[in-house]
Amino acid sequence: MTTFGVGPPAPAEDLLRELAPQVLGTLIRRYGRFDECEDAVQEALLAAVVQWPAQGVPAHPRSWLITVASRRLVDQWRADSARRNREVTDALMTPSHAAAAPAADSDEVAADDDTLTLLLLCCHPDLPEASRIALTLRAVGGLTTAEIARAFLVSEPTMAQRISRAKQQLKSAGARFEDPPPVERARVDVLHVLYLIFNEGYTATSGPGLHRVELTAEAIRLARVVRRLLPEDGEVAGLLALMLLTDARRPARCGPDGNVIPLEEQDRTLWDRTAIREGISLISRSLTAAMLGPYQLQAAIAAVHAEARQAPDTDWRQILALYLLLERFTPTPVVRLNRAVATAMVHGPQAGLDLLTSVEADPRTATYHRLAAVRAHMLDMAGDFEAAQRNYLLAARRTTSLPERRYLELRATRAGAKRQQ
Amino acid sequence: MRYMLLIYNNLALYEGWPEQDRQALFAEVDAIMTELRETGELVDTAGLADPSVTRTVRVREGVVTTTDGPFAESKEQFAGYLTVDCDTPERAEEIAARWPDARYFAMEVRPVMQPSGDEM
Repeated sequence: MTTFGVGPPAPAEDLLRELAPQVLGTLIRRYGRFDECEDAVQEALLAAVVQWPAQGVPAHPRSWLITVASRRLVDQWRADSARRNREVTDALMTPSHAAAAPAADSDEVAADDDTLTLLLLCCHPDLPEASRIALTLRAVGGLTTAEIARAFLVSEPTMAQRISRAKQQLKSAGARFEDPPPVERARVDVLHVLYLIFNEGYTATSGPGLHRVELTAEAIRLARVVRRLLPEDGEVAGLLALMLLTDARRPARCGPDGNVIPLEEQDRTLWDRTAIREGISLISRSLTAAMLGPYQLQAAIAAVHAEARQAPDTDWRQILALYLLLERFTPTPVVRLNRAVATAMVHGPQAGLDLLTSVEADPRTATYHRLAAVRAHMLDMAGDFEAAQRNYLLAARRTTSLPERRYLELRATRAGAKRQQ
Repeated sequence: MRYMLLIYNNLALYEGWPEQDRQALFAEVDAIMTELRETGELVDTAGLADPSVTRTVRVREGVVTTTDGPFAESKEQFAGYLTVDCDTPERAEEIAARWPDARYFAMEVRPVMQPSGDEM
């Protein structure tokens, strides 16, 4: 993402993006007041964009940013005399934060702790999902409000409103920086938010969605940060692997006309082999070393797909075994739907259709378009082209995604043609 | 998820109301709009001019014909919309239920097609 559209070359931009959450974390730990600190950090980042290309990157860039942001805070508090806090202001005015001197907490450990705590705050479960995502991208990802707005296809004032509301909610939720939720529990919330950000970007295909693909890169970057902070955690490695293995298919999953190309029809030579290698190596290590969890299982399934050079080479038995395990962790209708697909591939379409009846009985998914799409696919496999066509059309009517509708209508037409033969 | 809430009404009803009742109606609408702006759920909104200034355009065998009045002839007219971005469909329905026209006419909650999709 071009957070800093003009100014420093990419390395400086990367550096700023990495430092942003550390600086914000440090400021909040020192002064509290999430929203004011956040504004101050944004201004410090802007100052860096303007000054660093001309004056060179300072010897201690993080201390530089902390100093500049702290000054902004003081200026702000001075200007707003009603909110002036004499004590804090005095503390801030002492000249000890000279730009050249590294702050006492400039060691890596403190910086990492601050970043992690900041993440836990932004992903606080009391916040609505949309707020958690926006806040994480803004405060930890260092994206501007305009960029986040563009990524989510809303206007900038709308996104600004969401972010400011999220900060208020955070305040009223009583989330304090000194007292974040325990890492063990909150880690699940953080991974969920990163997963949502990734999906938001990954499902984007064409038209105004073009900007959104950068969200996947941002999600991967943040997952790498979390992995650095929690290197022993199998689920963190699993999520990063899942993202890499899924994102590797991007060049092949979309036709020139913006149509979605299903896995079995993708040109696998277009898959990103570097990302696949990294993903497979990550998941292989974590499966043997760490506690098993749903992200690792999903990554393992993605790895099996990635290892098949052609669709018919896919080891569906292994995928079926993995889905059975995954269903124990997350017994949702969606996982069962995927298990039904794997079952059909291993034991034939009738076995898959039999499994679908249990999904059909679930009121949560009875009208879910993917159910009709999967049923259509199995009927297609079984040679019942009339019922397949009917179910493809049913799925096409139910989906709220334009590329999916186009794809399902195409499949319906093909099934209809097979029926005529 | 985005929903377009379609407002259906017949202005003739409100025209017969005393001024203060109509003001109360506007205040209700203002309150909802303020709330939706604050929550960041409001994406877009517009009210449409009266059906009497509507023109309907048709092309048949290359020939353009234009007639006065809306496409669908009915007592209730499509009067405007608001597009909201909500976490759940229930929330979209809740907003629709609070819109005053829902009490006298109806609101339609229509999911908006997304430009993105899943691999299937």
